[in-house]
Amino acid sequence: MFHNQILLTIDWALFIEKLILIVVVVSVSLVVAMYSTYAERKVAAFIQDRRGPNRAGPFGILQPLADGMKLFFKEEIVPSFSSKFLFILGPILAMLTAIMVSAVIPWGNNMHILGRNVSLQIADINIGILYVFGVVSLGVYGIMIGGWASNNKFSLLGAMRAASQIISYELALGISLIALLMITGTLSLNEMVGQQKDHIWNIFRQPLGFLIFLICAFAETNRTPFDLPEAENELMGGYHAEYSSMKLGFYLFAEYVNMFLSGAVMTTLYFGGYDIPFVNDANLLHTLGTNWLAIIEGLVLFVKISLFIFLFMWVRWTVPRFRYDQLMNLGWKILLPLSLLNMLATGAIILLKQNHWHF
Amino acid sequence: MEALTNRVKPVDRRKMSVWERMYLPAVFKGMAITIKHFFKKKATINYPEQTRPFSPVFRGLQVLNRDEEGRENCTACGLCALACPAEAITMECAERKPGEEHLYREEKYAAKYEINMLRCIFCGLCEEACPKDAVYLSETFAPANYQRKGFIYGKEDLLIPDPKTDPEGYAKAKGSRLQNPQGHGNEH
Repeated sequence: MFHNQILLTIDWALFIEKLILIVVVVSVSLVVAMYSTYAERKVAAFIQDRRGPNRAGPFGILQPLADGMKLFFKEEIVPSFSSKFLFILGPILAMLTAIMVSAVIPWGNNMHILGRNVSLQIADINIGILYVFGVVSLGVYGIMIGGWASNNKFSLLGAMRAASQIISYELALGISLIALLMITGTLSLNEMVGQQKDHIWNIFRQPLGFLIFLICAFAETNRTPFDLPEAENELMGGYHAEYSSMKLGFYLFAEYVNMFLSGAVMTTLYFGGYDIPFVNDANLLHTLGTNWLAIIEGLVLFVKISLFIFLFMWVRWTVPRFRYDQLMNLGWKILLPLSLLNMLATGAIILLKQNHWHF
Repeated sequence: MEALTNRVKPVDRRKMSVWERMYLPAVFKGMAITIKHFFKKKATINYPEQTRPFSPVFRGLQVLNRDEEGRENCTACGLCALACPAEAITMECAERKPGEEHLYREEKYAAKYEINMLRCIFCGLCEEACPKDAVYLSETFAPANYQRKGFIYGKEDLLIPDPKTDPEGYAKAKGSRLQNPQGHGNEH
């Protein structure tokens, strides 16, 4: 009886709607991550005056499939001296936490399908950005557990570096975000996008905060110049030195999913999310209708994210890796005070405005 | 201490200025350089589809020549093998039988003619040694092979196509040396 009652109270349409949305968002994230590997190789090649992969299919667009297939057919090695359960758990956690971020990102405005108001956000929770933080900081567990379970000194060193790096930079990241939250007054990502649609983008109100956020995002995603946990030439791949086959693939893939989603978070926070720039949305809504507008907004969001992904790659192939002490100096002695200063200045300005100072 | 040469470059050990310690200007400068390279014309070409032209004096794979009537020039005199510094060439001679005049130009011919392309250094001394204009270096090179024995080229690999039955193949194999049958493309 009791079970029946619970089942009856579930809104099945909502359930199916969210299920479809989850499948779409996760598969889109994975496809984008897959093609990011291709884009990375192409960008690297172009920056180094080469041509990049161009053999598999026209312009080499089947290259990620070939790479994936190769990884699938590689021998799956679990070292005999490893802690097996944790060894397998590591890549699972890395991938899981990477994908979980996608749940709170608003991918577009509401759509009208079959008389229902469908939100293009999997979960519009009112603490969206806190959720992102929680999940992102969980991401280090994947690396830490994988590196520790490998029972290999290089892996452990890489994992230690990852843990200390992510903790150091999360501080500056969080504090730079507090300044943003003081301005917006909300933790919900959907509301932030709404505010930016009506007013100016947050980048113009928080330029320094964005810069700090961007640098920390590079560190959080373990991208060059902060790729010390991997550091091919020092640590032979760092935390994933012992991994092979698809478990290695998951680690490498998680990095690209992270890159995609941190681009999405930065777009949502600072670049107006799915807002179409230079366009009056009310007019567009009138001419296009709700559904088409939502689709175009989603595409605009993707263009913005792609630009971020390109920026990540561009920087990777420009800037060499930091030394460990430089990394820590930058994090603790520069970014942290700078973000504190930014927070104080923002708070002071808000306070002065509230007291009717005009300047 | 006085420097022995004037090539000494003193190392700048001044402390970095505030501008330099910000790093970001330097990073942006680097990014400007990399994006410039991003749009540059690539130096590489798509090799199997596109090839770069060889120079007229390029010394490639050997070809055993025929005369205008399609008869083999080689008389198996062995001068090429003698001239070869890498000892890549071996041959066996045979006597021309009556009725084989349309196949071989003179009464002695090479029954077997092998060049080991792994030994060959493509110096072209065989071409210079040949008194009958029978062997010369073409404008292609030996393709890759999975086995060593695949690099030992016999007569069937080396012989030029018959100019009577396959004039196009003959012209192609002969390349630009068609105008200059003695070889040595730029001797003028």
